[in-house]
Amino acid sequence: MKIHAAGLKKIALVGNPNSGKTSLFNALTHLRQKVGNYPGVTVDIKKGTAEIASQRIEFIDLPGTYSIYPKSDDERIVSEVLLDPAHPSHPDAVIVVIDATNLKRNLLFCSQIIDIGLPVMAVLTMGDMLEKRGIRIDPGKLSEQLGIPVLLVNARRQKGIDKLKHYLKEDLDKPKKEIYSDIPLPPALLEAGRKLYPHAGKYYIWLEILRAQRSRKSRDSKLKALKELLRDEQVNIARIQGKETLGRYKKIEEIIMESVDDSLHKSVQISDRLDDVFTHRVWGPLILLAILFLVFQAVFFLAEFPMRWVEDGTAWVSTVFSSYLPSGWFKNLLVEGVIAGLGGIVVFIPQIAILFGFLSILEDTGYMARISYITDRIMRGVGLSGKSVIPMISGMACAIPAIMATRSIENWRNRLVTILITPFMTCSARLPVYALLISIGVPSKTLLGFINLQGLVLLSMYLLGIGMSMAIAYILRFLIPADGKSLFVMEMPLYRAPRWRNVFITMYERSKVFVTEAGKVILVISIVLWFLASFGPADLGMRHDKADTEQMTPAQYKSYKLEHSFAGYLGKAIEPAIRPIGFDWRMGIAVITSFAAREVFAGTMATIYSVEGEGDEFHSVREAMLHDVDENGRKVYSLATVLSLLVFYAFAMQCMSTLAVVKRETKSWKWPAIQFAYMTVIAYSASFIVYQLFR
Amino acid sequence: MSDLKPGEEAVISGYTDELKYLQLMEMGCIPGEKVRLLSRAPFGDPISIQIGSYKLSIRKSEARNILVEKHSEDTRSLQQA
Repeated sequence: MKIHAAGLKKIALVGNPNSGKTSLFNALTHLRQKVGNYPGVTVDIKKGTAEIASQRIEFIDLPGTYSIYPKSDDERIVSEVLLDPAHPSHPDAVIVVIDATNLKRNLLFCSQIIDIGLPVMAVLTMGDMLEKRGIRIDPGKLSEQLGIPVLLVNARRQKGIDKLKHYLKEDLDKPKKEIYSDIPLPPALLEAGRKLYPHAGKYYIWLEILRAQRSRKSRDSKLKALKELLRDEQVNIARIQGKETLGRYKKIEEIIMESVDDSLHKSVQISDRLDDVFTHRVWGPLILLAILFLVFQAVFFLAEFPMRWVEDGTAWVSTVFSSYLPSGWFKNLLVEGVIAGLGGIVVFIPQIAILFGFLSILEDTGYMARISYITDRIMRGVGLSGKSVIPMISGMACAIPAIMATRSIENWRNRLVTILITPFMTCSARLPVYALLISIGVPSKTLLGFINLQGLVLLSMYLLGIGMSMAIAYILRFLIPADGKSLFVMEMPLYRAPRWRNVFITMYERSKVFVTEAGKVILVISIVLWFLASFGPADLGMRHDKADTEQMTPAQYKSYKLEHSFAGYLGKAIEPAIRPIGFDWRMGIAVITSFAAREVFAGTMATIYSVEGEGDEFHSVREAMLHDVDENGRKVYSLATVLSLLVFYAFAMQCMSTLAVVKRETKSWKWPAIQFAYMTVIAYSASFIVYQLFR
Repeated sequence: MSDLKPGEEAVISGYTDELKYLQLMEMGCIPGEKVRLLSRAPFGDPISIQIGSYKLSIRKSEARNILVEKHSEDTRSLQQA
């Protein structure tokens, strides 16, 4: 085995989904993990290190997959990493993680990995479940049959981990034999492959041929050569793969006969009793609703406390800096730009950590698959699957963790659509805006003796968000059609107790990814927004102030400054464009500043109307807005304008953090740009219609 | 296969389109394997099936392409639909 220049040995972990791969990865590396990015793939690859016999080993947790033949772009990374020696994550050795309770199916992938020819060993997990079922696997015999070392491990109870580390002290060997060697390659292709890869086995050559066939523009000269050859040869890839799969299963059956004793096998009805309840026709959906409600409540309300601490903490830090730093633009930049921006990033951590804590529990217990199972029918109507439910429900608390949660959707098309529609869900940042606007524009009347009109409007706003997201998903069926190739088959894992270590690592890791990756974008945008709102042409000597700022109260001065800032001029500049939807320049400014986050709307309004005093800001802003009249003496915040504002905030992408997270999750600026554009168009059009109707 | 009743067992005999269903084969649904329909989802679709010792959820439209042979009275007749 080659040792890299840095002396870092790399070992890749591969295996079926639900095989306990991630548990093993966590048990080996603890928190020494980082998330790697690869160009062109949206999937994250986790890497972690461990010190074994004073040698640092890097473990790479590759996505779970059922076979070496990728069904999605994300699964492709597995064969890319394993086959391409030039890939930065190409491992020195591979550990195949095998769920011992599903030995047969897991061995299919394992046998493919063996035939690639890299140094490899197998780790059997979930051995504890086997005993209960009266099945005995002989690791020694299995090892003999497979030609690679086989070890039983229980990552949940830390059993066998030390033994595994012991194994890894020494370099692993290449497999002793090929499991399946009947790939019917045309002789010319095989001959050419043997010349290109003199040290590789037949299966490796076959996989390289497939990789050549998939690659569009490869700089790899060998792949290019293979691609050339493929043009002349007729190879029915799918037929070969089908035959291979059947052939491997046949071979695996022989292997299992030799190494598994299931004479005491009790035919088990796998966790049926729990599913009788959890997927029951009546109880199933009811329990699901209760659990979704719980998750939503937790993200919405439980997160509020730590979020308040973050806000208070940010305020405290700002005060400290304000009092110790000399006044000037630098202090303002630091306090109002940087510190406020950082606070605006950290404030999302509670929601992200709590949501992913819950998701990790749901995933670990196996209930997540049941959520998809129950809701699949409903979501199919708009071209999605049951997997989109959790992100969409989470979106009712906050789109940021919700969009991060879409990574559990394997189908890229469905994942993208879910990312595109989730920001329509009514998130918690919209609430203060809605509350303020509804209290101004909607009379507090009671209908039919018990329905509060304001409450009814608020409820309608929630329904409007859900309705719009569904409508867009439906329309996207035609714009981004399904590929038709991938099936929606999903394994329903056994119900198990959650592994708390996995839960905490997920919470930590997701929060870290958000802060380090989306956080950068958020910080830059908040500094730009701060600049726009604090500086104007006058500050840069482009224009002279004629107003007498000496006579103003601090609140009036603040209002004056905002009006004469770049944001202020921008708000005035766009007034002709927003007139048709009933906005004046003040609302224009608020739209610009609340791009940072929707709830900034109320604060901007408070500044514009020179609201004095700190305490009861909500009521003072409300009063000021309520009594504001235009030059003709008409109320500025008429019913039409208020409704138009409500609709605008329901549909517009007024959240830079969401855009930053979409960029992070889709790994390109293309989708956030498209999303921003189409949401703005929808918001503007809807506001236009509403305003013209109610005028 | 989507015609099985909950609790009913059968043996996979093939696919309507073998090439397209490579994914199912890789997940263990290979001809000769015993399957049992466990239940239908609360809204009628998808269905859950047991193959070997694990459970899969599969949409009816996809299950329709798995051909099965029932053990019981009409062993010979291929069930399709």
